[in-house]
Order: sequence, then C-alpha cells, then structure tokens
Amino acid sequence: MPTPLSNELLHRLRDARRRRPLTWWERTYLPSIGLGLWVTSVHFWRNLFLHIAHRVGAFRNFPASVTIQYPDQQRATSPRLRTRHRLMQRDDGTPRCVGCMLCETVCPAKCIYITPAEHPDPNIEKVAKSFDIDLGKCVYCGYCVEVCPEDAIRMDTQRHDIAATSRDGMWLDMTELLHPGSRKPGAPPKKYVQLSLDDCRRLKDAPQA
Amino acid sequence: MPTLTIDGKTVTVPDGTTVLQACEQAGSPVPFYCYHPGLSIAGNCRICLVEIEKTPKLQISCYTPAAEGMVVHTTSDKVLKARQDVLEFLLINHPLDCPVCDQAGECWLQDYYMNYGLYNPKFDEAKVKKPKAVPVGPTVMLDAERCILCSRCVRFCDEITKTGELGIFNRGDHSEIGVAPGIELKNDYSGCVVDICPVGALTDRDFRFKCRVWYLNSTKSVCPGCSMGCNIEIHDNRERTQRPHVATGARVMRLKPRYNAEVNRWWMCDTGRYAYTAIDEQRLTTVQQRNGQGYQISTWNDALDTLASTLRRLRDARQLDRVGIILSTQMTNEDLYAAKRVAQALGIRNLAVQGPARPGKHDDFLMKADTSPNTRGAQALGLSLDAAGLFGRAARGELSLLYVCGPDVVDTYGRSVADQVQQSVELFVYQGSNVGGSSQAAGLVLPAAVYAEKDGTFTNDQGRVQRIRQAVAPLGESKPDWKIWTELAAHLDVPVSYADASAVFAELASREPAFQGLSYEVIGDAGALLKA
Repeated sequence: MPTPLSNELLHRLRDARRRRPLTWWERTYLPSIGLGLWVTSVHFWRNLFLHIAHRVGAFRNFPASVTIQYPDQQRATSPRLRTRHRLMQRDDGTPRCVGCMLCETVCPAKCIYITPAEHPDPNIEKVAKSFDIDLGKCVYCGYCVEVCPEDAIRMDTQRHDIAATSRDGMWLDMTELLHPGSRKPGAPPKKYVQLSLDDCRRLKDAPQA
Repeated sequence: MPTLTIDGKTVTVPDGTTVLQACEQAGSPVPFYCYHPGLSIAGNCRICLVEIEKTPKLQISCYTPAAEGMVVHTTSDKVLKARQDVLEFLLINHPLDCPVCDQAGECWLQDYYMNYGLYNPKFDEAKVKKPKAVPVGPTVMLDAERCILCSRCVRFCDEITKTGELGIFNRGDHSEIGVAPGIELKNDYSGCVVDICPVGALTDRDFRFKCRVWYLNSTKSVCPGCSMGCNIEIHDNRERTQRPHVATGARVMRLKPRYNAEVNRWWMCDTGRYAYTAIDEQRLTTVQQRNGQGYQISTWNDALDTLASTLRRLRDARQLDRVGIILSTQMTNEDLYAAKRVAQALGIRNLAVQGPARPGKHDDFLMKADTSPNTRGAQALGLSLDAAGLFGRAARGELSLLYVCGPDVVDTYGRSVADQVQQSVELFVYQGSNVGGSSQAAGLVLPAAVYAEKDGTFTNDQGRVQRIRQAVAPLGESKPDWKIWTELAAHLDVPVSYADASAVFAELASREPAFQGLSYEVIGDAGALLKA
C-alpha cells in the first residue's frame, strides 16, 4: 500500500509528464527561432565588444566569454573538493604514514597497497616502506582521508587532470604520492617501490628521484 | 554438586567450579583477562566482578568457588558500572596505539571496550612511559606500555614450561613485564605467551607487521610437525587476490593452537608454529619430466601416461615384483589408503612407508621424536614401515620402477645410494610437495599438495584420528596424493575412483578394521580414537 505522501508524489510525477498541447502559433516555431537568434546575437555582440575593449585596456572587470582556456587557465575549485591524493611528510621528509593499513582496509575500491616496515623510533614503531594507489580503481570517496589516524593522507592537491594512455599510467607510486607532480608525464610508475627513511629524506631535497 | 542461580537461571556444577565457570555454563559469560583455564588463578585484572547476593561487595568470579544456593547477577547496573570502571583503570597508562598494534582486531581490550567502555575518558594526566618494541626473545616482541599486567605470560612460563623467564618488575604504575638482564624468553613453547596475551603487549616477531588480522581466514587443522598431532588453526590471507602485496603474496600467515582437551589443550610448540613456511616456499608446482640433464615441463596427462605405460608393460611381462612404491608417514590416511588400494588392484606387493628421516626433539609435554603426523595411521592400515629395505633393493638393481610418494629419499639415504638407484631403475618417479634432493634426481616429478591444501585425516600417537581441512587451494598444478593415485588408476583402467577425501575415508572405514565405525562426522573437531 502506498502511503499518502508517495501517492501525492505519484500524482505530481504523472502531471509533470502530461504535456500541454502546443498552440497553432507555437507550432510554426517562429517565436522559438526568433528567441534563439536573439540570445545568440546578444552574446556574440557582447563578447565581440568586450574582447576588443579588453585589447585596448577597457572594461577589464567584465569577463568576456565564459570559456576557460584550459590548460593555460585552471578553474578555481573549492578547497574541500576531493582531488588527487598526497602523502604527508614529517619535518625531515619521512612519511607521516605509520602503515596501519586502515585506509587500505576501508577503501571500497581496494586500490591502496601498503607494505609496512619497522621504524627505528619505537614510539612511532611502524612506517610505510611502499605505498601505492591505483587511481584507475579509485572512486574518490575520501574514506582513506577520513580514516587516517595520523592525517598522513590528504586529497587536497587540487589535481584532477588525471589522464594516461595506459592502466599503469594511472598508478601512483610512493615517490609520486610524497611529491605530487614529480613524475614526468608519460614516465612509467615504479610499482611497489620501497623507500627507506633515508630515501625519503633525500627525496625531500630532490624530488625528481 | 552445588546448585546456584545465575541471572535467574539455575545451574548445577561440579564441586570446585568457580563462579566464572558456572556463569559460562549458565550462558551468561563474564569478561576476563587474567583468568585462563590452563593456568593458576591470579585474580588481578578485576574485570570479572559479579554481584553475589548477601555479600556486601562485588566479588571476582574467577576466584570465588561456586557454593550451594548462591544468587549471582552478572548484568546488574552495579556490575556493569564496575566493569566500566575497571576498564577505565586498565586503560590509564595504555598508549591506545591500536593502529600500529598487531593485536588490533583480536584484542580483548578493544572487544570489551566496545561492550563496556566509558567512551568519555576523564584521564588528562601524563601517561607513564615504558619500553616499547623490545625483543624479549627470538620469537616474542614486548611492548610494556600496552600491558595490563594480567600475568598470564608469567604464569605460563612458571607453570607450563617451568622456565620462569618472565617476571613483573617495579611497583605501582611503574610495574612492567620483562626479563631479567641476560635472560631471553627462549623456550620450546615461547610462542604460546603471544596467544594467551589478551592485549598487544606480547606480539609475534614472525607475524610482526606481516598482515592485519582482519584479512585472515581461519581453518581448523592438525599440525603435521610430529606424531603428537596438536590441533591448530591455519590463518591464511583471504584477501590475497585483491591485495597481492601483503607479505609478498604468501598465503599462510601463521598457525595458532586450537583447544583439544585430549591432545594439546591450548598450547603448541614453536617448531610446529613456525614450520608453515614449507606451504609457500620451495614448492613443486609443475609436472616435470627429465630430459637429459635438465627437466622439461610436462602435463599431468603425459606424465601419468608415461607412468601407466611402464606399469602396464611390467604387468604384461609379469614383472610387477620389480615395482617398488615408497609412501610416507607425512601422508594422510586417505592418501595412504588410495595408494594401497591402487597397488592392490594392480597386484603390486612392494609397498612400504618411510618414516621421518631423523628423530626430532622429544619432551614430556607436546614434542615427539617421531616428526611425522601419521605413523600410527600407516600402521593401522597394515602397511610395512620397511622403506629402507625396499630402497636398498632398488639400489641393488632389483627394481625397474621406483615410485616415491612423499619422502625425500635422496636426502634420507644420501646422494651416493641415490645415484645407484638412479642408474639401476628404469623409471624413478617422485611425487612430492617441495623441492629437494629427490625432486632433482627423479625422472618424473609429480607435484603434490601439502596438508594445508587438502582434506584428510592424521592418526596421532594416541591412535586419535583427527581431521585436517583445506585452507588454501593447491599451488600451481599440484594435486592431493589420493587424487593423483585415482587418476593413475584411471590411466590403467583400474576401477578405483573417489569424488573427494570423505569418499576415500568412507571406503577406508568400511574396509579397514582399525577404522571401523569412523566417519568425518564422528571425528568432528576433537578427533576419535582408533579401534584397539
């Protein structure tokens, strides 16, 4: 039995579907053509005027066309947007990650792969020696960020231009995660690359390892 | 036989039962840390407090004997408040480093906190710092901060192994578990302290950081390390298809003892505990045929054809006494029986079972010198244990076909005798699970599954038939031994075939007098004794 609320919803949906028959005047399509020409012309003349005005230094505060000249121009995104991951570092460049595998466990796409190792400081105890994310599988849910007890992984790089010509190109190895953008475009990832703490310290100074 | 009332239920328990045990019997289990059924009672963790009517204060149920007419409440407000307070107290100096703790997921602090936790901690003083990540022995790692001082491990070393390595040092909130300077926690059962530690204070160095426990799958099995037949659980990484990087793809992560009142109770030795690496390492995974000096990969069909045609030729020439089959006490009853059945059907009489190559360590607790799990089973099946004699005959050139199923005979009898055998026999078949001398000397290598990859039964030295269960699929091309035997039978048109291991056992039980009346249902988890 549908409840009264869902009954009302059903009626509204039915009414929304029922179209009003067009009048004779509307069926000639002349008003719609005229309206369309009007909208296009307004934009055309406005942009033509503004582009010329910008060339001579006038009307700078009024943007011309809404097209973003990507990739020279980047769209400003909200800082809360979940973008490509990065691994946070301690002051000396070693990962903040303690290899607890909580993100690996919670990840619904199972795209995080961590190998933990012993940390020389018994108060830290554990550290990730390899940390990989397969972006080809990632669903950008952000659970890994939420579950992290160390704030070691964030999705705030503002990088969302993720494109590759192979599945391997979608793979982020630990170097790339610690230093987003350090991998040259098209260069293959080092899958499961293991970084010692010294490697991480060295990478801090020269990320292009 | 006192009768008492627990949460409104009346139970009658034997004399000497504690209230805690009576509560378990009544179906109102009480939480506990320091109590362990296999150890003396310490009564120091205080979480098992219950309300007993007509006593002014709450009582620890683990040390209070059940008495006639007692009325016990385990879930009254007073008890629940006390549990919450005890947990708060136990966690005062606990570092709460669950994310990096290997015990997380099987930690009793976590479990009880979920049920009785305060969830609103009031403690804002500085925690007492204690040593962390201290290797106290070759197998055990100590984190003194996580310890709740239940003293189970201390009592284990004092009472079970009687080695007394561990102790509690210092006083008050500076108390900590440790070993005296110059002493190591190094005895044959040291891994057990990790099992009984309810928190993450004692963790296994071998398992350290290898795999999170929530990835593990558990299968009931029996340790194949010696004739004691300790009951175990095989813990394998069930997520290995999605997470191939965990422990570099190894399947079995660790073994844990499983309670069996008649065999090992709660314990197992370190030799058995860390012997699981043979399941994943140095395995034979392909059928191989010798080709000059090297080997070439073959298929099951071709290999069994080669073997069957040799057998058929010898049978037609009435030379079946020139065929020798050496089985192993490492094989299950099902494997041995299938081999025996096929050999009988063919008319091969030279069938012998090879025992362990050399005796292992022996003690009066769980370790037996016979380092194979099924010597009693081979005896009960009426098989000869004189494999040395049969191998000697092969070396003397009296055999044309030597079919070794399991034991690494080259390792046992030495390279020089093995060379003689290799030269004198026409075909040397090795069916086994791991790479060794025999697999490098044989003319035909058939990969067999290890105990963790098949169903079956072992018979321990008490004559107790116990089940092993398949925890992981056979690696590569390998197959259980009984299956290889039935496939060989099919190649020889011998009518011996079974659907699965339980079918083999059903026939075995109906034909072998010692196994009469047994079935997988009768054996169950605890095992069942052989007849006589």
